[in-house]
Amino acid sequence: MEIITANSLKDGRVVFQTASGWTLDVDRAEVLETKEAAAAALARAQADAARNIVVEPYAIAVTRNGAGLVPTRLRERIRAEGPTTGNSKRPAPAIRGEAA
Amino acid sequence: MYRYDEFDHAFVRERVAQFRDQVRRRLSGELDEDQFKPLRLQNGVYLQLHAYMLRIAVPYGTLNPRQVRMLAHIAREYDKGYGHFTTRQNLQFNWPQLKDVPDILEKLAEVEMHCIQTSGNCIRNVTADHFAGVSADEVADPRPYAEILRQWSSLHPEFIFLPRKFKIAVTGASVDRAAIQFHDIGYQVKRNEKGELGFAAYIGGGMGRTPMLGKKIRDFLPEADLLAYSEAILRVYNMHGRRDNKFKARIKILVHESGMENIAEQVEAEFEANRGGVLQLPDEEVRRIASYFAPPKYTERPAASAALESAQRADSLFDLWVRRNVSPHRVPGYGIVTISLKPIGGVPGDATAEQLDAVADIGERYSFGEVRVSHEQNLVLPHVALDEVKPVYDALAAADLANANAGLVTDIIACPGLDYCALANARSIPVAQRISERFADSGRQEEIGDLKIKISGCINACGHHHAGHIGILGVDRKGEEFYQITLGGSGDETASIGEIVGKGFSTEEIVDAVETLVETYVAKRENAGESFLQTYRRVGPAPFKEALYGAA
Repeated sequence: MEIITANSLKDGRVVFQTASGWTLDVDRAEVLETKEAAAAALARAQADAARNIVVEPYAIAVTRNGAGLVPTRLRERIRAEGPTTGNSKRPAPAIRGEAA
Repeated sequence: MYRYDEFDHAFVRERVAQFRDQVRRRLSGELDEDQFKPLRLQNGVYLQLHAYMLRIAVPYGTLNPRQVRMLAHIAREYDKGYGHFTTRQNLQFNWPQLKDVPDILEKLAEVEMHCIQTSGNCIRNVTADHFAGVSADEVADPRPYAEILRQWSSLHPEFIFLPRKFKIAVTGASVDRAAIQFHDIGYQVKRNEKGELGFAAYIGGGMGRTPMLGKKIRDFLPEADLLAYSEAILRVYNMHGRRDNKFKARIKILVHESGMENIAEQVEAEFEANRGGVLQLPDEEVRRIASYFAPPKYTERPAASAALESAQRADSLFDLWVRRNVSPHRVPGYGIVTISLKPIGGVPGDATAEQLDAVADIGERYSFGEVRVSHEQNLVLPHVALDEVKPVYDALAAADLANANAGLVTDIIACPGLDYCALANARSIPVAQRISERFADSGRQEEIGDLKIKISGCINACGHHHAGHIGILGVDRKGEEFYQITLGGSGDETASIGEIVGKGFSTEEIVDAVETLVETYVAKRENAGESFLQTYRRVGPAPFKEALYGAA
């Protein structure tokens, strides 16, 4: 089970692919159950990279947790949830708002 | 003080305008990522796990209050209200948006700062002893030489596309606080028998996946030849350094594979061909640049301060802070104050915008407007009158900056690790936080004494683990964070590379393992004056291995 992730070009934020675009919320990512679905989704993501919406898209493995999605690898869990500690947990008015 | 000259003004402004246009073209799609990536890296912009990261050069770690306030302003306006000081005396912002970077660079240019050569395969920001010009054990101030190297290496057309990055460090003291033997070139200012100024020169040091100590290429290089000789080293490296394998591209590998004698011969030949030419430093120019770093107008003061001593007697926490964080100054009646950015349980090297503003105010009022950044991720107020140490402490305490732990077990260096870094395999910051909490008791810390713990989240070793008395390297073992321990590393004048002590530890085990090592040291030391490093060098790894893993 995979989803597609990337960083938004304009602000660098971590984004996940939906059926119609990109979201900041990992739980709203489009879940890809087959290799074919993942390949097709990645091709769409690469087209969005070519259209300068996102940077360096790639597929990651996830598991379901209730209604949510949890990336398998720690690196991707940290990307999805943010740093596990420190000052970055402070509110950040400057980077709020919708992703590309 | 470091002074931007008219050339710097012109080229930094030009570079900001150029990058603004490049960002515009990237966002509009005229440039694709492959075209843009090398351009953004040349301007210090990385893409990390969560966001872009902007790395700002702090030349040889020297800042004035105006600059510190601008960093605070940028932290507030464009980031999450804090900045992160790095092991290369730089500052990183972890959350800027790409579209804002040109504005940030313009604001930096207003205070004579930039991000040029903070990334890429070029000569990086030159680092220096953070006690430069004020330490009691100094032959000469290394900063004029660091500044000369900065001017020469900035946008040097021949050295913009080296095989790999290139780091130069300079110290002028007998105690090496700049870790010169872990740099591509390390210069130690010294005097020869005739009393003339010059340098001992080391090349080929470095950390990363293949740690090496620098080897001495010259015992005495005359002052006037600094640039001609540096250029000769760079030219030999640029020609022969490996470009086929990123992991073997640093000069340390060239020196190792070709042999020091061979490389030295080539460097000397290249140097002979250029010596006495345009790169020979005119004495009056060296003195002119040295005058930028002229000492401030100190007041004549008694060597000891009655006010300080009585305040120390009255307040044991303050007394501890003075003993750990105030170092001898070469001028009587003054001290060098280390502002530890290592609160118990905090993130090593982080400073909030409010703290930066406080440091700017304190530096302006009490340290002749000068603030330094150390490669140990702390700040330094280089010129504090001993009579004013208590008010400085009180002002720092009000900003949560009076951590009395400089050089102690909780003064930990840690790279950003897997919490931020795209290269990391494991987290560093939470390990540092947990170790710091374990040793929070100030009495216990002082009893343990000088101890440098350094943590890297991957083999690239930004956390300098190879040079840690206790080094911790995070690795990925089958998807789990795992930590390898090295012992006996040191970045000082007795430089050594830490040795792996044995099999690694899980996240749950690592703090206990560190505590076991510390307790083993305390049990084995000959007396309280023998440091961890001295004890390790005397008794070797065996007792530590036994304590960690049981008898063999």
